[in-house]
Amino acid sequence: MPSPALSPAPPPILELRDVRTHFPISSGFLFKRHVGTVKAVDGVTLSVARGEVLGLVGESGCGKSTLARTILQLVPTTGGTVVLSGQNLTTSNTADILTARRDLQMVFQDPYASLNPRMTVFDTLAEPLLVHGVCSPADINTRVATLMRTVGLAPRFMQKYPHEFSGGQRQRIAIARALALEPKVIIADEPVSALDVSIQAQILNLLAQLVRKMNLSLVFIAHDLSVVKHISDRIAVMYLGKIVELGRAADVIERPRHPYTRALVSAIPTPDPDIERTRQRIVLPGDPPSPINPPSGCSFHPRCPYAREICKATVPPLAPFETDRDVACLRTEEISDL
Amino acid sequence: MPLLSVTDLRTYFHTRSGVYRAVDGVSFSLERGETLGIVGESGSGKSVTCYSIMGLIPTPPGRIESGTAVFDGVDLLHCTPTQSRAIRGKRVAMIFQDPMTSLNPYMRISDQLMEPLLIHENLSKPAARQRALAALESVGINDPDKRINLYPHEFSGGMRQRVMIAMALITKPELLIADEPTTALDVTVQAQILELIKKMQRELGMAVIFITHDLGVVSGLCDRVQVMYAGRIVESADTRTLFHSPRHPYTRALQRSIPALQPKGTELYTISGMPPDLSKPLPGCGFSARCEHATDLCRATTPALATISPTHAQSCLRVQAGDIL
Repeated sequence: MPSPALSPAPPPILELRDVRTHFPISSGFLFKRHVGTVKAVDGVTLSVARGEVLGLVGESGCGKSTLARTILQLVPTTGGTVVLSGQNLTTSNTADILTARRDLQMVFQDPYASLNPRMTVFDTLAEPLLVHGVCSPADINTRVATLMRTVGLAPRFMQKYPHEFSGGQRQRIAIARALALEPKVIIADEPVSALDVSIQAQILNLLAQLVRKMNLSLVFIAHDLSVVKHISDRIAVMYLGKIVELGRAADVIERPRHPYTRALVSAIPTPDPDIERTRQRIVLPGDPPSPINPPSGCSFHPRCPYAREICKATVPPLAPFETDRDVACLRTEEISDL
Repeated sequence: MPLLSVTDLRTYFHTRSGVYRAVDGVSFSLERGETLGIVGESGSGKSVTCYSIMGLIPTPPGRIESGTAVFDGVDLLHCTPTQSRAIRGKRVAMIFQDPMTSLNPYMRISDQLMEPLLIHENLSKPAARQRALAALESVGINDPDKRINLYPHEFSGGMRQRVMIAMALITKPELLIADEPTTALDVTVQAQILELIKKMQRELGMAVIFITHDLGVVSGLCDRVQVMYAGRIVESADTRTLFHSPRHPYTRALQRSIPALQPKGTELYTISGMPPDLSKPLPGCGFSARCEHATDLCRATTPALATISPTHAQSCLRVQAGDIL
């Protein structure tokens, strides 16, 4: 459970309790043998309040995308619960999950892959409205036009196909589709990573504006920390399927406490040559380990500059530290001044 | 004399849907040991510029319409194949964005590392192998004598990029062209690779052209930066000047749209519209359609780079005329 100071005052709209998503690995052609397990998400507890933006950062393979898919129940959960406005999605049946998805929508990374190339913008945006029966066929034109205006697209492009749009415009279409059902929560998985800097700014502004205007909750997944810091209220840092640090966005980036967050923050190149030339960079040795055979104890210990014997044996819990901060490190206290 | 001097390079792609002016009159030069960053968004021509220098443009559809690229007295664009073979892969080396697709999946790392030595330096196989082992060691790969016999798929992304750097540097080139070498990597691995490139540059004293879209990467690594837009260089300056007092409206807009440089949560500056279609003739400044300062003159006259100070040049007509700061 998050610390009392961290949980927002109103009941959270989305709550994850000890969520685990494991994938079995089988080998063999005729007789499949179970040879191991990928613990993509391994015990994540989080909550998101109404109107809050939660940033989720981590390197590739840390499980952030699997966590997004788990929240939407696109992959089966191995354990734990996902609760959306009081409804436990992990125990719900398919019909209930379908209804719940009205409140829970997703925006994917690559707008070149996530839109159906054979559907016009109108078809793409009308589909969720018709599937969920939230709009009568007579009103559908007006509704689609409104949606397009919301995301900054001119309704006259309604009958065009995705290939006629640029990357940024496509991402706007994907966002419009996610907004079609007026969801309460949107999960955006690397929504700006595939876009150029000048287009990235447009999409970030749009998302921030939608969150404000529609009181949306947003789970924003990205690997670019400066982008995440810009848009998020709180940031959760993931490493190998677990959350290692959680706190207010500016705090996490400016005063990181977990050794991994420190390394991550110091690895981001700053677009300022004076800072860049003088600062000390923590260069982590090696690559992130494989989630198939995670290291014992704290899974970060083989790369951690502060690791001790105890770190190899004990799995550190995500524990409150200072105000509004949770850190999963056994030595948080000792290394906080370093 | 500069190590490399490129003059009025134009590379066009002749396709069924028109002539794309990917690089449209680019000139720059590079001194020995210098690090030059080329930044720009996708389609700005930064990669095509370097591919042209290396002779890697697929012809057809691509064609180098004009220009010279003189490397130590030899024009790489107009020399004989023998001359260019003696330079490419030996004195000028290149590393690419995606180490997955730029290493040969059918060849052992050992064979790929030894190949340039066998071709360019006529070394014996055992001698080449010794050099290959030393090269792997120098890029920070542990256990080189075991790992050298592996295939590329047995390495992680960061390791593959290290192998590629080892391969490019094995002939001790005087110029390394790095085309977005860290874009496909995670930030912690990117930090490792950037440190490695810096270290190898110090050891070998080579010049580096670093192509990237990430202004952050440039700021720590490069001595000089040039910004490209729509196939042309719009601004070129030493790194400090470019970051602290950029003059061209595009550079300034780019800087204002990066979240890292803005106070948290503020509305980011956005450049309206999209980059121009390079298959249409572009009579004026490439940025004029999106520029808030553009006038009729900007849309009609192709601007040229004009120097502001010995190390700073930019191509905005209105800045040159003193209309805007």
